[in-house]
Amino acid sequence: MYDFALVFSLRHARREPPMALTREQIASIATLARLDLSSSEIPVYQDSLSRILEFVGALDRAETTDVAPMSHPLPGLSQRLRPDVVTEQDRHEQYQANAPQVAAGLYLVPKVIE
Amino acid sequence: MSDWHTSTLTQLAAGLRARKFSSVELVRAFLDRIDASQAALNAFISVTREQALSQAAAADRALAAGAGGALTGVPIAHKDIFCTQGVRTTCGSHMLDNFVSPYDATVVAKLRGAGAVMLGKTNMDEFAMGSSSETSFYGPVRNPWNPQLVPGGSSGGSAAAVAARLVPAATATDTGGSIRQPAALCGITGIKPTYGRVSRFGMIAFASSLDQGGVLTASAADAALMLREMAGFDANDSTSVDTPVPDYVAALEQPLAGLKVGLLREFFDQGLDAHNEQRVREALKLYQQLGARLTEVSLPNLPLSVPVYYVVAPAECSSNLARFDGVRFGYRCENPRDLTDLYRRSRGEGFGAEVKRRIMTGTYVLSAGYYDAYYLKAQRVRQLINADFTRAFGSVDVLMGPTTPTPAFAIGAKTSDPITMYLNDIYTIGANLAGLPAVSIPCGFVQELPVGLQIVGPHFSEARVLNAAHAFQRATDWHTRVPPGYA
Repeated sequence: MYDFALVFSLRHARREPPMALTREQIASIATLARLDLSSSEIPVYQDSLSRILEFVGALDRAETTDVAPMSHPLPGLSQRLRPDVVTEQDRHEQYQANAPQVAAGLYLVPKVIE
Repeated sequence: MSDWHTSTLTQLAAGLRARKFSSVELVRAFLDRIDASQAALNAFISVTREQALSQAAAADRALAAGAGGALTGVPIAHKDIFCTQGVRTTCGSHMLDNFVSPYDATVVAKLRGAGAVMLGKTNMDEFAMGSSSETSFYGPVRNPWNPQLVPGGSSGGSAAAVAARLVPAATATDTGGSIRQPAALCGITGIKPTYGRVSRFGMIAFASSLDQGGVLTASAADAALMLREMAGFDANDSTSVDTPVPDYVAALEQPLAGLKVGLLREFFDQGLDAHNEQRVREALKLYQQLGARLTEVSLPNLPLSVPVYYVVAPAECSSNLARFDGVRFGYRCENPRDLTDLYRRSRGEGFGAEVKRRIMTGTYVLSAGYYDAYYLKAQRVRQLINADFTRAFGSVDVLMGPTTPTPAFAIGAKTSDPITMYLNDIYTIGANLAGLPAVSIPCGFVQELPVGLQIVGPHFSEARVLNAAHAFQRATDWHTRVPPGYA
């Protein structure tokens, strides 16, 4: 039913994808992802994301009615619990040595509330 | 001695224990090889010479006192995705160019505990996103068999280092083929263990339901020795599995007779280079001569593994990489106007093009209105692929096929088209989706470039898979070939 020819044929799908993403869509995805994109980057992602979405569109050909979604490769593995006791030492100075800006043990960011 | 670099890790560990040479001598010799090849291969991001020599001196003292462990004094390298306390850990990214880890990854701590000496951190695709080691902020890694070609990725630095015999072993990670594909393209052995077998604590996350740490070595026996020390339960990793670690080394010599090998029919379809196919078929014939029984099996949903992966992996990546916000660690942009500007410009400037592409793809497929069509659909197809594997392992012990469609390709050849690049992992992704252990071993050459054979087993069958790989390596010498110029 499915073969590699199907997947490989998509590699050559150079035509304009039917559902090409617009500049506005790319800009809004970038906003959601908190990524600043330059105006020259937008068409690059417009092209490649449209093609990636067309490529993954091959999934539509699979019949998945009544198939449960699989989120984890080892089903049945449940989250472990542990006693609610302190196990970590306070090492904030070590961790904050990597921070761009700290003062008095606090991470500094631009003012949020005027 | 001049043949240390062509000795196996197993031989070096035995030589150290027998006090035939010292760890300091050994470490200095390998460090010199790293320095001499760095300009040509760019396999390392950081070389930790002084730390290595002092660790080696300590190893020599332990060996003199008769207190050595399995790997005491043996030089290794870590992929720069593993956190190393006090040593810069970049993940191949501008984002973490200045990041000095405050703690060790469990894999790093375990290998140090076994006595291994770290010589440095290896180059890689940025955040392990790539199949060619070209997306690194620190420049591309080159293939020791031909410097115009890629070594594969994302663990290309580790693979090039082991192939050129700059270290006898290097750690690596595999989310969609990042251990096995570079192993194949560099002519070495690589194992991706079962999901949950090796702790992911301190291993910088890319796609958490797929990521697994493993190792690259010159032989399956060396991989068994390394994995025995790396594997095991870790309370710091919520997906770590609490089952005993078998003695992989002891299991190597099990007879192969009667091993039921399934040939993955879908892997021999269109897309596989005819010469690669020939090498793989010759390897399968040898397995038959060694007593294995071959049958063809079909996993009808497997061809959809690349499309599933390029929904699931970007989705998980967009979530995992949200932590890089320019606030607590990593790159921060100059003069942010406000907090949102700080986030957006720190991430926009700190991440490279491929990482941004995957974050964008993941953000899109998880966004309102598209979640069901893409993410949930991909998870359902993942279930179908997993069921295909389960069904196949009902009748065979291991599955075999090619690791990659072609041998190594030219640097720059596939960077302009992400889909072409993604298809490099067409044969490796299935094992990640189902969480299965898989190795790649060298099985011949095409125009002086190595070809990889892939062996996939059921969950927690590392001993069986390594045993099958070792039996092949006892009957062949492909794994002993060293690239010209590094012999």
